[in-house]
Amino acid sequence: MAKTIDSKIPEGPLAEKWTNYKAHQKLVNPANKRKLDIIIVGSGLAGASAAATLGDLGFKVKCFCIQDSPRRAHSIAAQGGINAAKNYQNDGDSIYRLFYDTIKGGDYRSREANVYRLAEVSNNIIDQCVAQGVPFAREYGGTLANRSFGGAQVSRTFYARGQTGQQLLLGAYSALSRQVKLGNVELFTRCEMLDVVLIKDENGENRARGIIYRDLVTGQIKRCSAHAVVIGTGGYGNAYFLSTNAMGSNGSAAIQCYRKGAWFANPAFAQIHPTCIPVHGDKQSKLTLMSESLRNDGRIWVPKKLEDAKALQAGTLNPNDIPDEDRDFYLERRYPAFGNLVPRDVASRAAKERCDKGYGVNNTGLAVFLDFKYAIQRLGKDVVADKYGNLFDMYQEITDVNPYENPMMIFPAIHYTMGGIWVDYELQTSIKGLFAIGECNFSDHGANRLGASALMQGLADGYFVLPYTIQNYLSDQIQVPRFSTDLPEFKAAEDGVKEQIEKIMNIKGKRSVDSIHKELGHIMWEYVGMGRTKESLETALKKLEEVEKSFWSDLFVPGQADTLNVELEKALRLRDFIEVGKLMAYDGLNREESCGGHFREEYQTPEGEALRQDDKFSYVACWEYQGAGKAPELLKEPLNYEYIKVQTRNYKN
Amino acid sequence: MWLIDSSIGRKVVMSVTGSALIFFLAFHGAMNFVALISEDGYNAICEFLGANWYALVGTVGLAALVAIHFIYAFVLEVRNIRAVGGLKRYSRKERPANVEWASQNMLVLGIIVILGLALHLTDFWSKMQLQDIMGTTASLEGLGQVSPTDGATLIGYFFGKTYVAIMYLIWLAAIWFHLSHGFWSAIQTLGWNNDKWLCRWQVIGKIVVSIIIAMFAFVVIGFWFKAHCC
Amino acid sequence: MDKNISFTLKVWRQRGPKEKGQFVSYPMKDIPTDTSFLEMLDILNEQLINKGEEPIVFDHDCREGICGMCSLYINGHAHGPATGATTCQLYMRRFNDGDVITVEPWRSAGFPIIRDLMVDRSAYDKIMQAGGYTSVNTGGVPDANSIPISKEKADLAMDAASCIGCGACVAACKNGSAMLFVSAKVSQLALLPQGQVEAARRAKAMIAKMDELGFGNCTNTRACEAECPKCVSISNIARLNREFICAKLKD
Repeated sequence: MAKTIDSKIPEGPLAEKWTNYKAHQKLVNPANKRKLDIIIVGSGLAGASAAATLGDLGFKVKCFCIQDSPRRAHSIAAQGGINAAKNYQNDGDSIYRLFYDTIKGGDYRSREANVYRLAEVSNNIIDQCVAQGVPFAREYGGTLANRSFGGAQVSRTFYARGQTGQQLLLGAYSALSRQVKLGNVELFTRCEMLDVVLIKDENGENRARGIIYRDLVTGQIKRCSAHAVVIGTGGYGNAYFLSTNAMGSNGSAAIQCYRKGAWFANPAFAQIHPTCIPVHGDKQSKLTLMSESLRNDGRIWVPKKLEDAKALQAGTLNPNDIPDEDRDFYLERRYPAFGNLVPRDVASRAAKERCDKGYGVNNTGLAVFLDFKYAIQRLGKDVVADKYGNLFDMYQEITDVNPYENPMMIFPAIHYTMGGIWVDYELQTSIKGLFAIGECNFSDHGANRLGASALMQGLADGYFVLPYTIQNYLSDQIQVPRFSTDLPEFKAAEDGVKEQIEKIMNIKGKRSVDSIHKELGHIMWEYVGMGRTKESLETALKKLEEVEKSFWSDLFVPGQADTLNVELEKALRLRDFIEVGKLMAYDGLNREESCGGHFREEYQTPEGEALRQDDKFSYVACWEYQGAGKAPELLKEPLNYEYIKVQTRNYKN
Repeated sequence: MWLIDSSIGRKVVMSVTGSALIFFLAFHGAMNFVALISEDGYNAICEFLGANWYALVGTVGLAALVAIHFIYAFVLEVRNIRAVGGLKRYSRKERPANVEWASQNMLVLGIIVILGLALHLTDFWSKMQLQDIMGTTASLEGLGQVSPTDGATLIGYFFGKTYVAIMYLIWLAAIWFHLSHGFWSAIQTLGWNNDKWLCRWQVIGKIVVSIIIAMFAFVVIGFWFKAHCC
Repeated sequence: MDKNISFTLKVWRQRGPKEKGQFVSYPMKDIPTDTSFLEMLDILNEQLINKGEEPIVFDHDCREGICGMCSLYINGHAHGPATGATTCQLYMRRFNDGDVITVEPWRSAGFPIIRDLMVDRSAYDKIMQAGGYTSVNTGGVPDANSIPISKEKADLAMDAASCIGCGACVAACKNGSAMLFVSAKVSQLALLPQGQVEAARRAKAMIAKMDELGFGNCTNTRACEAECPKCVSISNIARLNREFICAKLKD
């Protein structure tokens, strides 16, 4: 059966598509909303905001999260801010410009209609958050303050100190809490989705009707049914073991959907964030991100002279002793127009380029300097402390180095995954009744996400997009009564899950989950990392097979399955990370071009810039599961740019 | 009733009764201080505060304040012990730098204060206002019958005994610690506090409380000196 | 910078909420001082797994001090001896060779132990559900700049809002009081015009829920503030008291 991809983009001019859609979509009347159940997996910005909004519309929502409270979701760690096209600064911003910057930042690999809608609703998000009591930074006059971020020439980023993600999540969480109190949302904390349940409708078409989940405290496997299932479970960056993601962040829910037939789109597009604290040892469990906002005032450099770099690596030279003329401010040198504020992929690659050439600092040679000496000279220590004090304190606590006196050291690390479950304009996956929102879906960022856009997308999906589009699906479901979890489909799915768990518990090998996960991470970083080649990706696929083999033969999970068992949780997630790894390698291998976060070393300009192959790869690569051990099948959703002229990204002038 | 069944309400009761008692102590201390300057003056005050209706109302009020403060203290303590899951909690506990010792030992200090109060009532009140009410006079070893309004003699009699003076000084120290926290805590509980005033109230509290306690202590030490060194 | 230390770890192990727990000592050898406390526990767990034993269960997630998931009462301090930091931000360079490090779970009736060092903090969610929000639906709200808010107020609100809901205040309080947590949310919303509308109702509802859940009474010891990883000030408690008392007096 040849599959055609219908992304359901509404008719009409770009700026009117969303308005038209809303005007003509089907809605569910209030009395019927009560009869419809929606499962939302994940309680981050997207999940919590969707649950709260669908709850206040009157649907019966069940919200699942693996943490002890919805407020722990990793959206909370976003530091820098959230973009919106408010143009409060009167610096020439507009919905179109935000749309344009996002498409360009994403290296022309995202859907025009989706991105325009994102830019359009961005303003509502700020209004909504302020109404919830989110304490955004303000000017003395009482109006909202903004700052600039990578990839933009306007100041459109709203922020709440260095804790914007936290404040936005707490806003969504408080709205969610209100719905819990009102009885519209039921919370399932410390519960992990382990499978999605599909039931055929009268036309023989699969629809998502529930999930199988594990109560992480009791170890019980349980069933939950609904009219629609929404997953908002974030990204899969932890496939690299070391990333800026939380320890619990995982791609399992997405992979379960993929195994049930949902397409996985652009898995190779993973964002590497340029400003992380460098790796310091093999016992390290995660990489800490230093906010991108630091690039507003910090200057990035490495020594000009190789011998200085060598001395720094050996620890015989103090960076402060290197005179300005011997410092190579390579971002300012290569990209005069954007300087230190180039998009993340560009900044990351530039750092890698310097380190590969031997100019890296730190004892590993894998770091560059981010220097605040100049900002302190220009603004004074107090102003710098006021702006970045908490970040500086965090840096000092981790590294034992005082960033007011010494330059910080940073290095790129896996941060965000632009790829994810394929969704159409309605955020519906290729399985009916299954929706994906936030980082979990592939949609709006193309091949690279701009800073402060993740929060925008998560909240846009949750507050202002899904609550509309899901009604278009649910409107013809009002006659469908609630599902019993005794249906054979639920039993089959539950049995499948139990069988997998039993299989894992019975491997009884010698290796811990973490040791295999670290091995996976090394392979991913080495062969599917910042610079990829055909050979490296082929090697990766081979090595991933080996990792998978050792997972199924050598793993040891202590304890029992029918009780709290953290190792079992991790093992199940690792199983899925291996699948993610393979998908990334397949996709990377297929995509013979460099764009955004995906850099194929074969495809670069003489200056080392990414070289896209628009004639061949201007499409969304959707991967369809073909069964265990089989290569996935590729489907293509062509990207047609009607309103934007596709160009080579240029941050030089 | 929120003063009984809400945690803040209960604390408000502690705060209000505690503050009233601090006021009482301030007056009491000032009156005592008169004894150092003029014993006749002091006795005049004793006469004024004898078995008059206003003094009696005041006494009953005071007793009520102490009783409420005391009962609430125990109610709160029982609730707090229940809230942390029993008496045995952490095997290792360290007091953070800015946490005053007194603040964590208010109940113990309070009990010392109450014990001291019992002593104090036996020594003085039972021989003064109580006698006045009953229309009798107390008799003391070595002094014979003492008029209920002759407070100065009583002061001299008791504080002349070294062990009594020492016990009173210990008692005063306990009150000082209790109030050094109690003063600003009462204000904090009523919500009259912010980042700027937090420190100010703590300093003001310490000064006020030190003055009050010093007034009492001077009387004890002064009369001990009179008995032993003059 | 990179030196190794050896020490003894005394960890509380408890199978379930109702079961009896006890301390178990684990000798730790040659731990680099630039590992974080939780990474040190990872190392121990790896060793336990390699010996076929069950690892120590503890809550953790973001490991950058913002999610509020990690807990642990280390050497007599909530989140360990460092100030203004969570356990995940605590590095082994704070400890010395030969130390005995005592690790206990949060202990409070409001936070029952689930296993080992993991406790159930869902009481905080319940308090939030009682009123820790502004009652606005999605959409139909005024423009974000329509109500000016002074920078001072916004900053104060942000100070209060930085609470991560970790529970250190309850764990550190000798009375097991959740006042700092509740006051942080009440303050944040009471300081902003958007939240001021239902400030009185919120203060009453959240306090009632807090009391119902069995948290203790605040006696202003300031231990909560001292151990709070985000340094939330007790002046928020004063504001909560003010809001609550005024609300009750108005009734």
